[in-house]
Amino acid sequence: MSIDFIYPEYEIARNKDRCINCRVCEKQCANEVHKYHADLKMMQADDLKCVNCQRCVSLCPTRALKIVKTDNTYKENAHWKGRTMSEIYLQAGSGGVLLSSMGNPVDYPIYWDKILINASQVTNPSIDPLREPMETRTFLGQRPNKIERDKDGNIVNNMAPQLELSTPIMFSAMSYGSISYNAHESLARAATELGIYYNTGEGGLHEDFYKYGANTIVQVASGRFGVHKDYLNAGAAVEIKMGQGAKPGIGGHLPGAKIVGDVSRTRMIPEGSDAISPAPHHDIYSIEDLHQLVMSLKEATNYTKPVIVKIAAVHNVAAIASGIARSGADIISLDGFRGGTGAAPTRIRDNVGIPIELALASVDKRLRDEGIRNNVSLVVGGSVRSSADVVKAIALGADAVYVATSALLALGCHLCRSCHGGKCNWGIATQRADLVKRLNPEIGYKRLVNLVEAWTHEIKEMMGGMGINSIEALKGNRLMLRGVGLNEKELEILGIYHAGQ
Amino acid sequence: MKRIIVNEKWCLGCRLCEYNCAFANSGSIGTTPLDMAKALKDIVINPRIKIEEKDDICFAVSCRHCKEPLCVKSCITGALTRVDGVIRINKEKCVECHTCVLVCPYGAIMPSDEGVMQKCELCVQNTGGEPFCVKGCPNKAIEFKELGGDSV
Repeated sequence: MSIDFIYPEYEIARNKDRCINCRVCEKQCANEVHKYHADLKMMQADDLKCVNCQRCVSLCPTRALKIVKTDNTYKENAHWKGRTMSEIYLQAGSGGVLLSSMGNPVDYPIYWDKILINASQVTNPSIDPLREPMETRTFLGQRPNKIERDKDGNIVNNMAPQLELSTPIMFSAMSYGSISYNAHESLARAATELGIYYNTGEGGLHEDFYKYGANTIVQVASGRFGVHKDYLNAGAAVEIKMGQGAKPGIGGHLPGAKIVGDVSRTRMIPEGSDAISPAPHHDIYSIEDLHQLVMSLKEATNYTKPVIVKIAAVHNVAAIASGIARSGADIISLDGFRGGTGAAPTRIRDNVGIPIELALASVDKRLRDEGIRNNVSLVVGGSVRSSADVVKAIALGADAVYVATSALLALGCHLCRSCHGGKCNWGIATQRADLVKRLNPEIGYKRLVNLVEAWTHEIKEMMGGMGINSIEALKGNRLMLRGVGLNEKELEILGIYHAGQ
Repeated sequence: MKRIIVNEKWCLGCRLCEYNCAFANSGSIGTTPLDMAKALKDIVINPRIKIEEKDDICFAVSCRHCKEPLCVKSCITGALTRVDGVIRINKEKCVECHTCVLVCPYGAIMPSDEGVMQKCELCVQNTGGEPFCVKGCPNKAIEFKELGGDSV
């Protein structure tokens, strides 16, 4: 036999003075960590199975539980960290690719945290959003380059189809399958109430959610799951997914175990079959090919809906975006390397792609330099954590942001990063009926609405502080930003001055 | 009249309602997790709300406060009465004949640890306001809602 025991990273600490043996932790743990020992009349926990999702901690009525990082450690080594060593043991045992979920957790620079926002003092007045109007409404889509007039001199409406957002925040793509029915319902209802959009991801649109179509972006990805004419026409916009920030360059794989019942019907594939999205779209090998798909989708939707092209932020992102802006697409969505996922190979998630802040700045600049910025709107996602990140993104040149991890956190996710296990204790990344019901959309959608409303308040406050009263005036306004602790090159790419300058 | 409404669709069978009920009726003062630990440590609880569970289905059952309550009709001593729509029990009058237990179609009356019968009184005898089972339900499977009129 091989010796492959790895001491668990986290341990469950139970305060025996407080535990009343109510067994709530036992019933709520899909990983079967907690167990009541009838002989000893006490609860016990198997740390080895714990994923640190905090469900038991959150529900323990006497606050008897906490989860702590273990102090068991390999001999310290700056080069060979404990996690690195454990991963080698795992792979030596399994021979398999390591899988992970949610966004890149590695300690790369977070540029949002090295950018500071300006405020008015003395010479230009700040605005109080409680007393004066503050416009957060945003439109996404192509802008006409010139005003056209008819023979009588009246302005001709030559606007391409637009998405109207009450606030520059949308819920990014998460497929039905990777997340649960109740999670989708929460997102759809919240988007409808907020006057924003959520995105179906590549799993198709459940028939129950067609009624939220006016606030839905339908996605077409390389697997083409669930794509048909009614689906395309059900949404307010169509998104072509070329890449995903968490796993640029590779496709997706939803295990057959999750393709059950409605998920199978919605994806239009047989139950139990793996849903494999190829790495490339097999019909797209050039911008011209992309143009064909963009135009096919516009034809299918009678030129009434904007088409979004979503790409992962990679090294040549500016050149790629320049191509997309000429492909007929209305909106480009950029997904940074910290974007989440339901499952990705660990090495790819942790090592491929670039930070969204740099990608956004370089794409916005490139499109402006080439005079094609008005061809497209820019939406960025993949690490937007707060209203401050939203403001910074818009000042760097984004038209709106996509949030997904933040939305899932609002629904209860504690970033245990075990989505690929399919046993989400919070009822989000699972298809197990007993777990799915843990997320009551009645609670979920209100929490999402609360979150976005709170952020919108904060965005207004920050804009007011800068003396700016609309998102439109903040857009690409990089003078409102200063870097701190950044080198010349980083400042140059971000197109901002250093603090103090 | 507000009623406890149970929606099995959202019940997780976590039994927090049972423990919150036991806590509410434990006579302990305070509402913090620490108070709960003190009140319920090392005891077997006997709550007035109970989870019924079979296979994939579970839901909480407590007194429905019927408009025409069989328990009140059958009570031989007048210990059970309907006051402002809430069926109350006077423990001084109960003689432990168990007739109410036999007639209640929901199994919502049961003997207490002291012997006399106990039942859900919507926490009016405790702190009042929202019943503890409702407050503590993590998934809104138990709600305290106005049903309109004096309905069952």
